[in-house]
Amino acid sequence: MTHKSVNPFSLGLVRGLIGLIIASPLGIGLVSVLLAAQGQEWLVGKFWFTEPAWVLGAVFGSVGFLIGVGAFNDWVKVALGEEVHETHEADPSLPSWTRYYNFSLDHKVIGVQYAVTCLIMFSFAGLFALIFRTELIQTGLQYMTADFYNTMMSLHGIVMIMAILLGLAAMMNYLVPLMIGANDMAFPRLNAFAFWINVPSGIALLSSIFLGGFDTGWVGYPPLSVRAPLGMQMFFLGVYLFGLSSILGALNIIATIVRCRAQGMTPFKMPIFVWTALATAIISLTATQLIALSFQMVMFQRLLGMGFFDPAKGGDVILFQHLFWFYSHPAVYVFVLPGLGMISELLPVFTRKPLFGYKWVALSSIAIALVGFFVWAHHMFTSGMQEFLRVPFQYSTLLVAVPTGVKFFSWVATLWRGKISFETPMLFILGAIVVFLTGGLSGPPNGTVATDLHLHDTYFIVGHFHATMFGGFVFPFFAALYYWYPKVTGRMYNERLGQLHFWLLLPGFILQSFGQMFVGLLGMRRRIADYDPSLNIEQPNILVTIAGLVIGLSFIIFVFNMLYSAKRGVVSAANPWRSRSPEWLLPTPLPVHNYPQPLEVLGEPYDYGLAGSTYVRVNPQSAAAD
Amino acid sequence: MTTKAESLTRYRHNAATNRLGLWLFILSDVFAFAGILVSRWALWGNTRPDLNQVLGLIVTSVLLISSFSMNRAEVAAAHGDRKQFMIFMSLTILLGIAFLAGVVGIEWQESPYAPSDNIYGAIFYLMTGMHAFHVLCGVIFLLLVLRNGLRGLYTPEKHWPVEAGAIFWHFVDVVWIFYYPAIYLMGNLVR
Repeated sequence: MTHKSVNPFSLGLVRGLIGLIIASPLGIGLVSVLLAAQGQEWLVGKFWFTEPAWVLGAVFGSVGFLIGVGAFNDWVKVALGEEVHETHEADPSLPSWTRYYNFSLDHKVIGVQYAVTCLIMFSFAGLFALIFRTELIQTGLQYMTADFYNTMMSLHGIVMIMAILLGLAAMMNYLVPLMIGANDMAFPRLNAFAFWINVPSGIALLSSIFLGGFDTGWVGYPPLSVRAPLGMQMFFLGVYLFGLSSILGALNIIATIVRCRAQGMTPFKMPIFVWTALATAIISLTATQLIALSFQMVMFQRLLGMGFFDPAKGGDVILFQHLFWFYSHPAVYVFVLPGLGMISELLPVFTRKPLFGYKWVALSSIAIALVGFFVWAHHMFTSGMQEFLRVPFQYSTLLVAVPTGVKFFSWVATLWRGKISFETPMLFILGAIVVFLTGGLSGPPNGTVATDLHLHDTYFIVGHFHATMFGGFVFPFFAALYYWYPKVTGRMYNERLGQLHFWLLLPGFILQSFGQMFVGLLGMRRRIADYDPSLNIEQPNILVTIAGLVIGLSFIIFVFNMLYSAKRGVVSAANPWRSRSPEWLLPTPLPVHNYPQPLEVLGEPYDYGLAGSTYVRVNPQSAAAD
Repeated sequence: MTTKAESLTRYRHNAATNRLGLWLFILSDVFAFAGILVSRWALWGNTRPDLNQVLGLIVTSVLLISSFSMNRAEVAAAHGDRKQFMIFMSLTILLGIAFLAGVVGIEWQESPYAPSDNIYGAIFYLMTGMHAFHVLCGVIFLLLVLRNGLRGLYTPEKHWPVEAGAIFWHFVDVVWIFYYPAIYLMGNLVR
């Protein structure tokens, strides 16, 4: 970073925030004036504070932000038939760090933008968790109101989900084009748009704290979500916006994988991570529409009185759960598939062995994605839906274990008699396998009707879910951040701090997750601010909270490592992991257009340890000439 | 320096990518429309609201005819026939606006239900509103295509925006082919 002074208005982020600040009152004012014209709410103490006013204000603000950032500039030109540049060099008069605050079309910049935004939202969500976890150390309410507890608990869930989606997008944006030999994504402008829409989304979600909060958990079930305070609408809007980002990002990933592969990069020669990105994108592209629809229907019910979920008007609350879970169950496969792909991607590098059963692993991701569309109602065994649906959904749910098992066998077989080395990324990969196994094994009791009737809505589910998310996303994501850190920054992270991060996170997490399952089996309900003292679960709850603090501490160490090493780290070797993947054969920092000369695919991706085998060749002369 | 042949190859390659992107977008949109259709079956079941049948038939015919004229406009663009392109493009846009006027301008005002009355009002406005929103977007897109076409930006080789408009327009039409019977025809009349 340079200390050269930069005009703040040259930063897209600053212009966007100004746009948001200007546009939001316009929306609020417009609705207020319209309502006033109809003789409603005028100067009765609620002038600026009607719900429609705030909702339209937030919509206007989001559009204002995107206009300020410059998301629409090129599209307006295209619509008016003007030429736009196909290349995307940043403005040369600005220092290079300003790219990260501007509407950059470079997928590598967007990947880093996603990663940093992910870590920011991750910190918020983790902080919310620690705040309400502390309340659970003792029975009774010590320092929170029940409403504030509910808001914190709900926001922890949804902000974490947003952070996960951002983290996935970071990995997929940065890696997929590099891995398949493309120079960028298929639609760079759409890609940048899909990132920037997350900023107003995050602002909307966090603003709900100041607008009354909401108490429904991240699921937003009516009728509770129909009665919740104004914060509920900000939650819906925020989810709506990052859902749009998810859909557009998925569309871009699929188009990139289908259209932009290098010559010879046939489907079964792609790095395995690309397969999982494809499987994830198939789900995000289609199923996300249904959560958007279900939330939109509740928004309309609140704003216009449309009675979709109001039994008094003939509506049906169970319908909401069907629409909602049609996305929200496949969504968990969205969250974990790229992480599982990351495990398969990195294991061969650190065991110096070919990936066991490449084709099966590749197709198992697609199988998980497809089966995942037919399991949603296992969240609804106790909801009062038609009883004949229970058993079919139990079996379809258990079917997911088959392709997931394929992955586990492949990992174990890849580890078998490998020359394993234990650098930080590998530790996180091994941790991911262990933690995901605990998450996976605690799943069938929830998927089986007989046991789920007892476990539903207990802390056992919380423990199971956190184990799958940590094993399927958090651990592999950290592995990926450490692994590609030298590629992104040109410097090596601090190995000792990385190891410390891992050895605090793993035991901390296992204690937390098992503790949650334990108190759940003893009868602790989830999403409730208090529990019965006669359950005798104060001690395990203290342990779970302490474990949560340890996880928080390990995260602080991680952030420090990332920031410190970016400036002071040892300059990294060109290919510190002796990887065969094409991005490591390019110079660091990566050229703006990744492959000036087309990538040549010569062999199989994971033939580690086979003498004389090569996967790809990058023309070095042209890379240097860029 | 790029020759004309190279530029055309590049255009075709980009258009093929854009075409895939558009179809993926449509696939995604299908899930939204399907979700609403499923909600209609869940809430209305084997019943339907009391709506103006004549008007329903008229707007449906208008939209189906507009798909035909859209196809003629696209063929005209592919043949480089500016005059035909202009006539049929304008006709498509006018028919689209007529559809909107029929649904939003007349049917919404005449309908015996307000959105907040009951599920008949709620689902009726959700289905027609979501569809009308897509028709409106299509009309705006076609207006831009018409404007650029009149400025001579499309050639028989390079007219991807016309094709994109046509694909989207036909898609919106196909959605209505499912929605019209679901709203107007199927089930027992409720009074």
